[in-house]
Amino acid sequence: MKTLHSKAFRRRAGQLLATASVVAAALAFANAASAQTLTIESWRNDDAEVWNNKIIPAFNKKHPNIKVQFKADPPTEYNAALNARLAGGTAGDLITCRPFDASLDLFKKGNLVSINDVKGIENFSDVAKSAWSTDDGKTTFCMPMASVIHGFVYNKEIFDELKLTPPKTMAEFHAVLDKIKADGKYTPIAMGTADQWEAATMGFQNIGVNYWKGEEGRKALIEGKQKFTDKPYVDTFKELASWAPYMGDGYKAQKYPDTQNLFTLGRAAIYPAGSWDVPIFRKQADFEFDAFAPPVVNAGDKCYISDHTDIALGINAKSQNMEAAKTFLSWLASPEFAEIYANELPGFFPLSKAKVEVKDPVAAKFVGWRGDCESSIRNSYQILSRGTPNLENELWNVSAQVMNGTMKPEEAAKKVEDGLASWYEPHKK
Amino acid sequence: MTDLTASSVQSTDVVPARSRFPIHIAVFLAPALAIYTLFSIYPLIDTIRLSLYAGDETGARSFVGLQNFETLLMDPNWSGQFWNALTNNLIFFAIHMVVQNGIGLGLAMLLSLPRLTGGSVYRTLIFLPTMLSVVIIGFIWQLILNPLWGIAPSLLKAVGLGGLFGPWLGQESTALLTVSLISVWQFVGIPMMLIYAALLNIPDDLLDAATVDGAGPFSVFWFVRLPLILPTLGVVSILTFVANFNAFDLIYAIKGALAGPNFSTDILGTFFYRTFFGFQLQVGSPTMGAAVATAMLIIILIGILIYLFGVQRRLQRHTF
Repeated sequence: MKTLHSKAFRRRAGQLLATASVVAAALAFANAASAQTLTIESWRNDDAEVWNNKIIPAFNKKHPNIKVQFKADPPTEYNAALNARLAGGTAGDLITCRPFDASLDLFKKGNLVSINDVKGIENFSDVAKSAWSTDDGKTTFCMPMASVIHGFVYNKEIFDELKLTPPKTMAEFHAVLDKIKADGKYTPIAMGTADQWEAATMGFQNIGVNYWKGEEGRKALIEGKQKFTDKPYVDTFKELASWAPYMGDGYKAQKYPDTQNLFTLGRAAIYPAGSWDVPIFRKQADFEFDAFAPPVVNAGDKCYISDHTDIALGINAKSQNMEAAKTFLSWLASPEFAEIYANELPGFFPLSKAKVEVKDPVAAKFVGWRGDCESSIRNSYQILSRGTPNLENELWNVSAQVMNGTMKPEEAAKKVEDGLASWYEPHKK
Repeated sequence: MTDLTASSVQSTDVVPARSRFPIHIAVFLAPALAIYTLFSIYPLIDTIRLSLYAGDETGARSFVGLQNFETLLMDPNWSGQFWNALTNNLIFFAIHMVVQNGIGLGLAMLLSLPRLTGGSVYRTLIFLPTMLSVVIIGFIWQLILNPLWGIAPSLLKAVGLGGLFGPWLGQESTALLTVSLISVWQFVGIPMMLIYAALLNIPDDLLDAATVDGAGPFSVFWFVRLPLILPTLGVVSILTFVANFNAFDLIYAIKGALAGPNFSTDILGTFFYRTFFGFQLQVGSPTMGAAVATAMLIIILIGILIYLFGVQRRLQRHTF
């Protein structure tokens, strides 16, 4: 009898324990849900440290009950990985948006939500929002974060040694290159064509804006009023072709990290840059460096810069933490975030209207060009890369070939134009 | 009494066993069949199904029949890339057949020399790259061949042949050959091992008999050993074929998905990757990607059928 009783008791106790543990687990789960956790999907794996140590803590000071996790893939794998996770329903709450069609595609497929009603969106100009809005400009689906600016970074010590001044026109640019080449100690231009995008982005888009007059030419291309076979584009390719003799040994097999190392080791004088290189050079180069804007064609010409809207943040339509995600985006639009982002990652420039002081002198120089020159974005990004063949891929291919000398500037222009005309109505005429 | 029990046992045991369904066969087949169906057959069939659909910009899919294949083969924007990738893939395969399997055969012959010392050391060393990650292989070779700080240009200069060096990975004329040879370097251990094992299987009596009959080393190789390892060479060829037409990783690691310069290193794998997952501003198309994958499947199937009916049936396995 006694044993029976104790057995029943033990069983009862076991049941109680099991129930208790289930309840505890459920409570813990509910707890975790109330202290919401947001996960950010990003391709900026280089910036993980800044996000974890600066940006997220600053956000948590204001919103302590929203936890934020930064999860990044390598840039080249991001699109594929993100699409797979979105399809599988395992993507994070916040999605870092590529500019234009890649994100527009996500929005149209219902993966991103409209953020027109999120507070803070009014801090951005239409140009800033254009990369993440529908074609009619009515709906915005990602909160703009930053743009990148192209220009040339140069090694100040080499320039001082050879008594050179930063060039303002293409003629001066070539004079400088010739002097560096004649001296023979340094590679005049640090650039390679193996990765192809360097040629297209740091080459074609970097100097091209001065030839096709920024937004004017970019819009004319979209409307079909200009073609890639027109003079400005052929001239840009011609200029690129003329760089070949100034580039390093075997530049055809030189990749982007090689290019960066060539410059930071002090073996090259001029580096066609994206502003995102500035923080990397800050860490690696032990010499003084500075920047000059893309040289204009003729002295006295108005100058243009490629001030490319590059990165934004949107909300996964399937997110369980919609409110928290919107709170985070609102904070992203605040001057506080702009200040942190601009100074922790000099080279990424906030797009909000708020005035932000950039402390890094070289990065400040890049952003300073916004005052003297007209800003434009890369001409292949809006609408024109929607068809097959893909315009951006074609530009990478032909820019690299022009610099390799395997294609003439006129042929390159014709190939790009033919590809575009094969599917894009305004260019079919 | 004992007789009776014995006969009754026999009758209850034997009769049902004949009529019963052989469950044990099903039980033994089930795990492999289930795993294969789930992870191999189902995805394969679903890929083929997906290739018959097209998606619009909202992501909704509709049945379009063979239209994707028509685009792939007829639309010059697609077919140009497809044929280019296929041609490059055939060159990639040809280089592997000649160089990788040729060297593999040679190494296996050397390893099977009776008086070789340290054979197992060589064997391990030569097989080692096969086990390394492709990313590491790509990284190492890019460093070796790097025109700025690579060891290849300095070595060539040291022996006075610096003029021979070129940016091999970056030139349209040499990039595919260079990448292929890197792949050969990595995988040469596999044909070597297979052929080596086949050579060991040849009984010494045959070789001795041939030698006694007056055959020199060359004749022994050509008339005795080679015919005896032909079935293995067949297996090696078909393995190379399948591996090469599914290759992707090394080229992706070295040249990226755009497989430059001017798509000179683009093979079916990288072409598929760009189509399916997209690239930079090119939005990926799962349905078109599935069509490319199905085309790859068909190409591999054709290759295997040619081998099965054209080659393997004529090969004779010798049992000793």
